Amino acid sequence: MSVATRELRRRPGRFAFVGIALALLSTLLLLLGGLLDGLVLGSTGAFRAQDAPVFVYSADAQDSFLRSRITPAERDQIAAAPGVTGTAGLGLTLDAGRLEGTTGTDNLLDLAVMGYEQGTNVLPAPPGPGEAYADAALQDDGVTEGSTILVGLGEIPVRVVGFVDDTSYLLQPALWVDLDTWRQVQTASRPDAAVADGVVQVVLVDGTGTPESLVTAVDDATGGATSSLTRDEAIFSLPGTAEQNATFTALIGTTIFVVGLITSLFFILLTVERRSLYAAMKALGVGTGALVRWSMLQALLVAGTAFVLGGLVTLGLAQALAGQIPLLLEPTRAVVTFVLLLATAAIGSLIPLRRIIRIDPASAIS
Amino acid sequence: MSALALRDVRKVYPSGDTEIVALDHAELTVDDTELVALIGPSGSGKSTLLSIAGGLLTPSEGSVTVAGEDITAYSPKRLASFRRDHVGFVFQSLNLVPFLTAFENLTVVPELTGRRGAATRKRADDLLEELGLAARRNVRSTDLSGGERQRVAIGRALMNEPCLVLFDEPTSALDTERGEQVMGLIRREMTERGLAGVVVTHDRRMTGFCDRTVEITDGHLAA
Ligand SMILES: Nc1ncnc2c1ncn2[C@@H]1O[C@H](COP(=O)(O)OP(=O)(O)OP(=O)(O)O)[C@@H](O)[C@H]1O
Ligand SMILES: [Mg+2]
Repeated sequence: MSVATRELRRRPGRFAFVGIALALLSTLLLLLGGLLDGLVLGSTGAFRAQDAPVFVYSADAQDSFLRSRITPAERDQIAAAPGVTGTAGLGLTLDAGRLEGTTGTDNLLDLAVMGYEQGTNVLPAPPGPGEAYADAALQDDGVTEGSTILVGLGEIPVRVVGFVDDTSYLLQPALWVDLDTWRQVQTASRPDAAVADGVVQVVLVDGTGTPESLVTAVDDATGGATSSLTRDEAIFSLPGTAEQNATFTALIGTTIFVVGLITSLFFILLTVERRSLYAAMKALGVGTGALVRWSMLQALLVAGTAFVLGGLVTLGLAQALAGQIPLLLEPTRAVVTFVLLLATAAIGSLIPLRRIIRIDPASAIS
Repeated sequence: MSALALRDVRKVYPSGDTEIVALDHAELTVDDTELVALIGPSGSGKSTLLSIAGGLLTPSEGSVTVAGEDITAYSPKRLASFRRDHVGFVFQSLNLVPFLTAFENLTVVPELTGRRGAATRKRADDLLEELGLAARRNVRSTDLSGGERQRVAIGRALMNEPCLVLFDEPTSALDTERGEQVMGLIRREMTERGLAGVVVTHDRRMTGFCDRTVEITDGHLAA
């Protein structure tokens, strides 16, 4: 055991304040990260479930899925563009439905009815007409395999034949159906925006070359009637995603800054308090490096313990708030937060470095 | 060979536009097993001399030789390792690490300078035994009595088997009786080990424990 750990063990009180502060800030960081992941992943699941490198929208849609329409003629032009090896249509209706046999507005399910024609890593090949793969989130609302959901104003019956994970769109769980079933739903629920046979909203493009070159090739081939995005651009252009990212990243950054502020303040005070002890240690031949490591090890241990406490609080809160907020606790997020917290605490403990260097060993003798 | 040799040492501190001469033409030789008392009024240059002798300060002029090694031109880094290996210090305010035990206070410097190990632990235990602190080995320094703390500080100064031990006003905080006890202890420990030392003091009564007394006034030494 080292001086650093002995001091922590024998004088826990002096580290309690900074420890509690860092535990609270860890909780805040984990909650912010969890909310960001919950919001962003909950908004983008349907897109992330696609493997295609390029998403093609109609030019007048301004990258909005709901406004976009691609006609069969345009789809033929897309398919003929150089480098394109395959196309698949996608359609979306944000709608509500209810489990067969239930009544009342309380039992309405928010749904993103997704028409698709190509299986992916996440999605099996499209089910038969009137059948659906449901997002697993719908299980919380009592949907089981074999359930029938009456979808939209047309109360179109759709039978659930399986579940898929993490495919919601703008926090609405998806119901994956074939394109014809989707067109029925769209036409019944949004008669003003009905889609004709063969029309889809977005065309997914597979091909050779980089996604960027495919984007250019497709938009050239349609004479500017389409506006294509790479998969990442499409995910990022989903309504609110960029804004959520920016807002939460700023909040997380501010919190990290506060972590740095608190640790550096703490270690500045500690350095002031240890001044004469450090001078004596230096007089006895101890180098600045060893004194700095003493503080830094304490910063890392305090931050590590605080993270564990903050993590437990966050898990508790997540349990208590389950289903009420879109909180998603991802292992990667936890690891990133842990590393960020420790790195910031370590840097904070280095802030008094100049002060420590300047302590004159001769000042040990008065 | 002498444990310490100061030759024509001068130390000036800049002070605004002028400079303060803290030591001038200082000549001092401390023999191998000699204990020298350094006495002088406030501001006379005692601390400056002790610091130069211990490699904490470099002189403005002159030369410093400790245990046969000329350290005059050493860099701060080299001085630090020289002090670590060859010089013992007992500070006026002791400066023990408060949350460490008597034993840990003896081993903390070796630990922080990468010299932990069985030999270090053995030496610490031997010193505690010799200083009558074996029973207090695992007591934190904040829970030790003043005299015990003083002995721990002496033990810490002896850990690196120094050639020269420097005491900065070891009795200033103590009444006469306690002061004499401490000086008696220093005298005994130094003689038993055959070590050389310099004891800075204000108090003429303490000089009797030393082999020789050197007086310092306004930066000038006189035997
Ligand atoms: N770092 C410094 N900068 C400027 N002047 C200094 C410095 N250290 C000491 N002095 C001056 O040098 C002179 C000798 O100081 P020193 O501390 O060696 O005296 P001292 O005999 O130890 O005094 P005291 O008994 O009060 O401890 C004094 O005039 C003091 O003001
Ligand atoms: Mg002094």
